[in-house]
This record gives sequence, C-alpha cells and structure tokens, in this order.
Amino acid sequence: MSAIIELPGSRRPGAWGSMLGSKGGNIFLSILFVGTMFAAIGNLFVPPASVFHVDTYTITLLGKYLSFALLAMAVDVVWGYCGILSLGHGAFFALGGYGMGMYLMRQIGDRGVYGNPDLPDFMVFLNWSELPWFWLGFDQFWFACLMILLVPGVLAFVFGFLAFRSRVAGVYLSIMTQALTYALMLAFFRNEMGFGGNNGLTDFKELLGFDLQADSTRVALLVCTALILGIAYLLSQFILSSKYGRVIEAIRDAESRVRFVGYKTENYKVWLFVYSALLAAMAGALYVPQVGIINPGEFSPLNSIEIVVWVAIGGRGLLYGAILGALLVNFAKTQFTGILPEAWLFALGALFVIVTVFLPKGIVGLLSMKIGRKKNTEVAVSGTVS
Amino acid sequence: MQDNLQSLSHGRLRIMSFVVNLFARTYTGWLLIAFLLTAFLVPPVLAETTEPLLDLGKQLTSAKLNKVGRVLDDLEQQGGEQVLPLFKAMLAGDLYFVKADRTLVILDSEQTTDDESVVASIAFSGEEQLGLTKQALKKVRINNSLRSQLRKQIALLTVNSSDPVLRESAVKNMLQNPDEENIELLRNARSTETSADIIEKIDLALNIAMLDSNLEADKLVAIELLQNSLEPIVRNRLQLFVETDAEGIFREENKSVVLAAQAALQQIDRKLRFYGFLERVFFGLSLGSVLLLAAIGLSITFGVMGVINMAHGELIMLGAYTTYVIQQVFPNHLEISVFLAIPAAFIFCGLVGILIERGVIQFLKGRPLETLLATFGISLILQQTVRTVFSPLNRQVSTPDWMSGALQINPGLAITYNRLYIIIFSLIVFTILLLVMKKTALGLYVRAVSQNRDMAKAVGIRSEWIDAMTFGLGSGIAGVAGVALSQLTNVGPNLGQAYIIDSFMVVVFGGVGNLWGTLVAAFSLGIFSKFMEPVTGTVLAQICVLVFIVLFIQKRPRGLFPQQGRASET
Repeated sequence: MSAIIELPGSRRPGAWGSMLGSKGGNIFLSILFVGTMFAAIGNLFVPPASVFHVDTYTITLLGKYLSFALLAMAVDVVWGYCGILSLGHGAFFALGGYGMGMYLMRQIGDRGVYGNPDLPDFMVFLNWSELPWFWLGFDQFWFACLMILLVPGVLAFVFGFLAFRSRVAGVYLSIMTQALTYALMLAFFRNEMGFGGNNGLTDFKELLGFDLQADSTRVALLVCTALILGIAYLLSQFILSSKYGRVIEAIRDAESRVRFVGYKTENYKVWLFVYSALLAAMAGALYVPQVGIINPGEFSPLNSIEIVVWVAIGGRGLLYGAILGALLVNFAKTQFTGILPEAWLFALGALFVIVTVFLPKGIVGLLSMKIGRKKNTEVAVSGTVS
Repeated sequence: MQDNLQSLSHGRLRIMSFVVNLFARTYTGWLLIAFLLTAFLVPPVLAETTEPLLDLGKQLTSAKLNKVGRVLDDLEQQGGEQVLPLFKAMLAGDLYFVKADRTLVILDSEQTTDDESVVASIAFSGEEQLGLTKQALKKVRINNSLRSQLRKQIALLTVNSSDPVLRESAVKNMLQNPDEENIELLRNARSTETSADIIEKIDLALNIAMLDSNLEADKLVAIELLQNSLEPIVRNRLQLFVETDAEGIFREENKSVVLAAQAALQQIDRKLRFYGFLERVFFGLSLGSVLLLAAIGLSITFGVMGVINMAHGELIMLGAYTTYVIQQVFPNHLEISVFLAIPAAFIFCGLVGILIERGVIQFLKGRPLETLLATFGISLILQQTVRTVFSPLNRQVSTPDWMSGALQINPGLAITYNRLYIIIFSLIVFTILLLVMKKTALGLYVRAVSQNRDMAKAVGIRSEWIDAMTFGLGSGIAGVAGVALSQLTNVGPNLGQAYIIDSFMVVVFGGVGNLWGTLVAAFSLGIFSKFMEPVTGTVLAQICVLVFIVLFIQKRPRGLFPQQGRASET
C-alpha cells in the first residue's frame, strides 16, 4: 500500500468522523470558504479603487476554476479510488452543460435575434417549425436540473453496466470511454441533432430571472459553485470512507481477490461511475452559465484527457489533490495562453510526461511523501514499527 | 502588293526565327493578305503559322457583334484545331484582350484569385503573360447566337480532330444533345473513325437519336441496343418512355415501346446496382486499407509490447510531413517523391519512436495507464512542434501523375488510382510485417519477449533492445502509413488525431497482438462503415461503428481473434 492511501486511512475514524477528520480536507474546506467569501465581498462591497476589490472577470474565472475542480474531483473518485481511468468524463460534463444551456436558451424567449418566443435562434435559422420533443420541459428549472442529472447518470449507468459486467478494464476501458466522448462529439456537431451544431448554445440572458451579466449574479454563481464543491467534497469523502468506499479501494488494488471474497465488484464500480458522472454533470451545469457558452468542443477527447492530467498533477487518490491540480493547471493555462499561447500545448505535453514519469503521486503525493518520510524517521527512532 | 507578297514568302522561309521582326515590319501587309486569303480558301500551308490567326483574332476585339460570327468562321477555316482553345475560352467567357495593344489573352479563371494579378496566356502561342491586372483587360463580347455558333464549331473541330482524346470528348458532348445537326456530324465522323472505342460511343449517340424516331420499329431496335449501356443519359432517356402523367397514363402512347423501355430500365438498374455495390466494396476496402495502415503499427506496439501509444497518430502525421518535406527538397522529382518518402518516413518516424521509448516509455513499464498519459503528452508536444515549425495550416502535398485519375471500368464504375494503389500498398506493408514477425530473428525475439519477458532474458535476449526495436518498427510503420495518407487527405497537424481512436478500435476489434486479426478487423470495419454511410450519413456511420465495437467487446472482450495460451492470461 502506498503512502497516500495510508495517510487518510491510518486512523480510520469511521465514515462520519473522517468526513471532517482529514487534515488536508479541513485545510481545503477552510481555504475554499475564506477564499469565496473574500472574493464575494471584494467584488460587491469593496469600492473598485481599493486593492481588495476583486473584479468581475476574476469572479467568473474563479467560478470556472471551481467547476473544473468539481470535475477533477469526479475523475479522481473513479480513477484515484477505483483505478478506472475514464477518458470520457468530458462527455458527462458537457451533457450537464448542455442541459443547463437548454434551460438558459429557453429563458431567452423572444429576446433572440429572430424574436421567436418558442424556438431558439438556431432552430429558426434551420427553418424548424416547432420545438423537438427533447427540448420540451426545459423552460422549467426543476426539469432542467433533473435532466442535468438524469441523462449523464443513465448514460454512465448503461455504459458502466455494459463495460464492467463484461469485465472490460484497464486501457480497454479508457479507450472505450474516449470513443464514447468522441462519438458524442461527432453527434453534437451535427445540426440535425438539435443542439445548435457547431456553434452550440450561447447568448444566454438570464438564470431564474437574474441577469447573467450582473455582478451579483456572477458572485452568486461563484458562491453556489463553491457551496456545491464543498458539499460534493464532503459527500465523496463520506462515501469513500464508508464500507462501500473501502471495497472500492480494494477493487482498485486487487479486483479479482475482492471478487473471490464474494463481492459483486461490477455493481460497486457501476454505482461509483454513475456517482462520478453526476458530479461531472453538475460541474458542467455550473460551468455553462458562468462562461456563457457550451459547444461540442467540450466533448473533444483532448478536453477529457486534460482533466485526467489535472488529477495526476494534483495527486490522485486524494480528493483535495485533484482539486488543487485543477486549480493550479487552469491558473497556469490562463496565464500561459495570455502570454505565450503557442507554448501552452508544449507545457501541457511536458506536464503529462513529467508528472507520469517523475511524480506518479502528484504534488500532494510529493508533499505527503516528505511529511511521511519525516514521520517514518521519527517512528524508526522511537523504535515502534507498525 | 508585290512587296507584301514578297515579304510573305520571304517570311515563310525564315518564319521561325523572324516572326516577331516581320510582324512588326509588315503589319498592314499581313492584315491585307489575311483578308484576301479568307475571301478565297486558305492554302493549308498558312495554317502552320499563327500570324494571320492573331490578326483575325484581333478583329474579335473590334468587330460589331453581328460581324463576329463571320470572323469566327474565318478563324475556324484558317486555324483548324489551333483555334480550339480560343473558342473554348470565348464560350466560357474567359477570352479577354489587353486594352493597350489589343492582344488576345485567355484568362485562367481557376487560378486567378484576385483582380490585381491575373493568370493569363496569350492566345495561340499559349505563352504565359504575367503582370496583367483586370483593369488592363477587357472581355471579348459574346451573345447567345455566337455561343451556339461556337458550340457547333467546337463540336465540328473536335469531332474531326486528330487527337483521339479530343474526338472522344466531342462525341461525349454530343451525346448530351443529339440534335439533327450533331447526328449528321457523327454519321460522317463514324465513317472515318478508326478507334473502336469511339465508334462505340458514336453508335451509342446514334442509337439515342434513334429513340426520337417516329417509327415504332426504330424505337424498339434502339431500346434493344441500348439496354446494355450504363451511360446515365441512356437511363434518363428511357425513363422518359415510362413516365406517367398525373392520371397515371403513360406519356408514350405506344404500349410495346413502354414495355420494352421498362424491361431495359430494369436491366440497366440491376447492373447499376451491382456496380454500385462493387464500388461500395471498393470504397470500403480503401477505407479498410487506410485503417489497416494506421492500425498495424499500433498492433505491434500495443499488441506485442502492451504499450498504449497515444502518440501513434502523431507519428502518422510526421510521416505525412516527411512526404511534404521530400517534395519541397526535390521539387523536380514529384513522380518518385513517394518512393523516396517511404523509406525516409520509416527511418525518421522509427527514430522518433525509439527516442520516445528510450526517453519515456521504458520508465513506465507495467503501468499502462501512465504510459497512456505520458504518450498523450508526447503527442501534444509533437503536434505543437509541427505547428510551430511548419504552420497550423494544412500543407499541400501533391499527388504524382501516375497516382491521380481514375480507372473508368464502365460508366457505372470508376476506381481511383490513388485508392487502388493504397490498397495494394497496405497489403504489401502487411505482408512484409508479417514476414518480419514470423521469419526473422528480430520477430522471433519480439514474440519471445512478448510471451515471457523473464524467460526470454534468461536465454540471452536483450529485452531492452528488443523493446526499443519493436517500438521503432511500430513507429516506422506509422510513418509509412503517413506517406500513404498524405496522398488521400489534407496534411495538417491534426491529421493523426482523426485516426488514433479508429485505429485503437481496429486493434481491439481484431484482437490484441494478432496481425491477421488487425487485417480482418480493418477491412470489415471499412466495408461496414461504407455500407452504413448511404443509410445513415458519414457521421452517424462513424458513431454506429463505435457503438458496434463497444457492444462487440461485451460479447468478446478479447476481440475477434483472441490471443491463445498462457500469455493471454496476464
């Protein structure tokens, strides 16, 4: 067993205890809370002249980072804890995003370019006379939310059920997930699909009656994202440190042994996969109103694989590692693409190679290895080897 | 006058060297003579020169529209075949003259993209005229009656041309509108025609014309004769006979003609369906061969070494760029550039592959998921390198002449040469690879290492070296695939991405580590998706194939031809 798994597991205080028990998790939650509050207050109540003022651009950027963090956590749940390397989580993210996008599209109403109260602009442009059946109901927020969870959830269930039942694992599964997102990308690029084709969904006006361009809405969205990220973190921590979570970790380390012991491993994997897909879908739904667009590019295999590298860099097998990785890489991406757009892909490529060859446990793994070594030497000195 | 005639004969003697000189000296004289000579019939000798033609041509720029017809007649009489390009350009509206000196120029409208620099050649001489702008040119005027006159003249000139290709195209044109005049022309042409192919074409045209006959017997004979022809026009013409009006009554009154036409149509349709089927199989094989080329290198690295190489697509891309570079370095040897590019791409991509293996993959042994990520990183770096070195835009890779064009088997079936060659090429590559794996020492070692690394080491095989060689071999094949793909698709930095998922699918479908499986999988997936395409469209066909494979993996997780024995257990 490696160091990172021993660290949170070394004093298993039971599911409830560990929900708030892990030290790194506490630090993460505190930073998340303080940071969000600081940004929110800095934007709304501090005058623009002050150094503590946070402009709306930064708020949106932070919101985007946090939804990416949620997405990274979703990947970490399946990859870090169960060894399922999904190269298709971008698909669940994008499906969630499309669900939210469809709701926002319907909210535009007759304020579109063509002023059609029922049909989104792109449908008018394609000379469609009525709303396709799968768009019905998306003018209701609750229905959209339901769909945001239901569609990716069902897709993940069907895919996971088929794949895990026939014991497709390892790289095969990774390639399959990549094919899944690739197929969806091809499908969503088609105009006939009814999701805006190449251009996707954009030009959103308001969410639940709040103007999406307003500062207060942006801050509210950021706070929402942070809140959901926090809740999802606690929930994941709870699930993964429960008995179910322990079986999941055991599956990661030796699936056939777990199966021989009598667990139906495929069921465990399917439900974890569905849970992870739901997290990704929520991340997508939070992402879309903040950036204001969703298009089929989100399905591209490159996007999905980028998520994996966030997790790898942060440190998989630890939820806050994935979150840290997502924040760091995306921050670096924003900086890089601003200064040297050419160099970003070089940097990203190099990150892939360096992290996998030299930093298999990511940044958090590196840190905890240092701490662990210190502890180990202390243990060795006192002479009590566990 | 005398002086002029003298200078004419004088000029004719040394025409080759003094054309320009003479032209300048005796301009008016030439003009006069040209006029005189057109009044009588032109002595054929004169057609050798372009001088009188040039002058006649100039009249096109100044004559009134109702006189132009006369000028065209003169041109035809004097110039014969020489005036064909001019006539065609005029018909197409590409004939211009330079405002300053009234020189006729033929505009190349395909290559002329902006009005500032016009691509044009001087009429008759074909000499490229550079540095013209659209402002300096004026179009030669034309109207509808001139157009129809031109069409007739072109038809007449081409059908009697000395070049069989021209004759054939003329007959083909006349097939489209077999009016009486054309038929007369064809009848005459048939008597002097020597080429069997063209005679067949002429007969076809005559038969089609016979469909218009008023006699039932003629029509029936014509239908009988035409029912073996696959030309689209035959089908269209026969269709007219079986058309019904709004009340369901046949437009053609004669019942037996309708019946005969129906039978003939059925026969034609049956044949067309058959050839359509053949064509689809061919396209499927062609797609399959592309898949095979893309996947076979992967089959080596993934199947034999167990290494997921996400940079495989980028190695293909590098191979395609190698072709581009070779063509840039030897621009005068386009015909053989492909043959140079194949070994060059194999060596270059092989070296890159060995570099990747030694630099990264060897440290990730036994961690397939990490290998996947690392090689993905490498693929990003390679892509961006190509973008930086060349450009993010697609590069133009030219196809050698012997690879372009199509083998027209019959009107219903044409096989493009590049696809045909690539099918053959992919099979050659496959055979070589199979021989390398089965018959050479390297292949033996590679198989030994893939089956049992420790045992192979124990008997003295340098497994590290074998790994590097295997990876190099797989990458080199990817490079060769890139050379082939450069002849089919656009060469750009994203070339490889399009193929990586498909080639993984092929390898997984065929069964990992099995070259024959890869072959069968590539061709069956190629044919499958080409047969899906007309039903579902290209994109949906691709999706269907992906879904099909996902479902297939459910049933047979180890592919069509699973690896047997102990090695497959690990």
